[in-house]
Amino acid sequence: MNTSLSEYPSSSVNLIVNEQAHQLSVRDHWTLLDVLRDVLELTGSKRGCDRGECGSCTVLLDGVPVYSCQILALQSQGKTVITIEGLSQNGVMTALQQAFLDNDGGQCGYCTPGFVISSLALLRDNPNPTDKEICDALSGNICRCNAYGRIIESVRSASGRN
Amino acid sequence: MSTFRYYEPESVAEVVSALKDNVNSSVIGGGSDLLSEIKNGTTKPNVLLGLSRIDDLKRITATDTEVRIGSMVTINAVSSDPVIKRDYGALSEASAGLATPQIRNVGTLGGNLNQRPRCWYYRNPLIDCLKKGGTKCYALGGHTKYLCVTEGERCYIVHPSDTAVALSLFSAEIEIASAGDIRRIPIGSFFVSPSENILRETILGPDEFVTAVYLPSHAPESRHMSKYIKARERQSGDFALVSVGISLKVSSGTIQACNICFGGIAPTPYRSIQMEKYLVNRSVENLDVSYAAGLAISDPKPFPDNEYKVTLATNLVKKALSDLICDL
Ligand SMILES: Cc1cc2nc3c(=O)[nH]c(=O)nc-3n(C[C@H](O)C(O)[C@H](O)COP(=O)(O)OP(=O)(O)OC[C@H]3O[C@@H](n4cnc5c(N)ncnc54)[C@H](O)[C@@H]3O)c2cc1C
Ligand code: SF4
Ligand code: FES
Ligand code: FES
Repeated sequence: MNTSLSEYPSSSVNLIVNEQAHQLSVRDHWTLLDVLRDVLELTGSKRGCDRGECGSCTVLLDGVPVYSCQILALQSQGKTVITIEGLSQNGVMTALQQAFLDNDGGQCGYCTPGFVISSLALLRDNPNPTDKEICDALSGNICRCNAYGRIIESVRSASGRN
Repeated sequence: MSTFRYYEPESVAEVVSALKDNVNSSVIGGGSDLLSEIKNGTTKPNVLLGLSRIDDLKRITATDTEVRIGSMVTINAVSSDPVIKRDYGALSEASAGLATPQIRNVGTLGGNLNQRPRCWYYRNPLIDCLKKGGTKCYALGGHTKYLCVTEGERCYIVHPSDTAVALSLFSAEIEIASAGDIRRIPIGSFFVSPSENILRETILGPDEFVTAVYLPSHAPESRHMSKYIKARERQSGDFALVSVGISLKVSSGTIQACNICFGGIAPTPYRSIQMEKYLVNRSVENLDVSYAAGLAISDPKPFPDNEYKVTLATNLVKKALSDLICDL
């Protein structure tokens, strides 16, 4: 093993982002969010707090919602990542995204990608969630515009039990 | 963020020797706390050792005599494990209710126990308080709302871990790896208060790390019922103002055994020995729950802004005890 220090250590990482395989050279201290936004130019995932407190950077990592700002790119080695850009097909939004649009689920929109990703994981595991289950699943996302009522309404309507 | 080299050793022995070889190195679990610390400049490691290649750290295994939870098991996996739900309910509840879904998906049990304090003076990159090797405690004379109400000395943090409080109910043991050695110690000796070491919250030395947590198994007839309640300002993503875990074994209407532990009131998980003593051998029939709850903290020394914690602790434990007895 070689743990000798160079000034800006960098390594190679394999990621499958939105079904596309990438082999990237990254600095060891770069977060997954840094790589998504600054290397792959997928700027849908937002940098809000950069401290694991707001949820605007939420992506699916091997299928589960995580804060991409609070995990190193190297900790994601070999994993699959789904970002907000990976949802629509040929420019057509998914039913969930459409529900956010129809129900005015975003105000300034900064938090929206994170909320949509958390909702995606919820509805995949639990297609007919109760309001409490919706709130629990979205409890790691903060909306500074306080659009919570319409966000919950969006998820409710996407679950097809409104 | 300061830079570092990230490396994933293949074995426990390799982690220990890497910790030894690199003076300024640190293990990383999920990173949900450590990366904030590095971004804030509170700590500046040169080498981070990822533990995710060591499969043994990622498993929950049960034998006739004990349950072993590897240090890299995620909080989400702890909360949803059926055996933990059945036999160590308070641990399952504490895990299910901490932080946020995203953090529970990556945060590990080892990281939860070894997370650093949330005192905002400590977390502030511009302040060097006693805990960071500085010369004074900035919380004294500052905001005291979230400080401890007992066992503080020179530093008045509360330990932020919810799982530590719950594990303290079940005679948990912490397994520690160091050069050429693996040892186990009771959880009560794992955490240290500022009077013992103001710079750290645990007994871990610089070349050591946690590999697992053990819980003794109980035959069905001697299983304890348990509960964890946490009071916080916001309903998610928030640390405890005060939390309480309680485990109880009752037979023929008499309390045979009882463990009570508080979070949010002391620099380490606070076992309420005096309240436990009062309860053991008493009948649940006409138990004076209010009197018992009044014993919760033996000699509280609150600050001007956190007297509420004493009342909150008393009321929370009253509720937890009443709920458990009602469930009998
Ligand atoms: C918004 C937010 C809310 C939170 N709320 C809560 C809460 O309500 N309750 C709560 O308990 N916690 C809370 N946390 C703290 C927290 O990050 C975790 O709960 C999580 O479990 C930490 O685990 P990790 O694996 O991500 O730790 P890491 O960030 O990887 O590590 C944390 C520390 O532990 C050390 N460490 C990690 N693994 C080991 C090991 N095996 N042996 C020795 N040292 C080790 C690291 O070196 C580091 O110093 C919250 C965090 C955030 C950001
Ligand atoms: S309470 Fe402890 S961590 Fe907080 S400012 Fe005082 S010495 Fe520092
Ligand atoms: S930017 Fe990641 S949680 Fe706020
Ligand atoms: S819509 Fe503005 S932050 Fe949520």
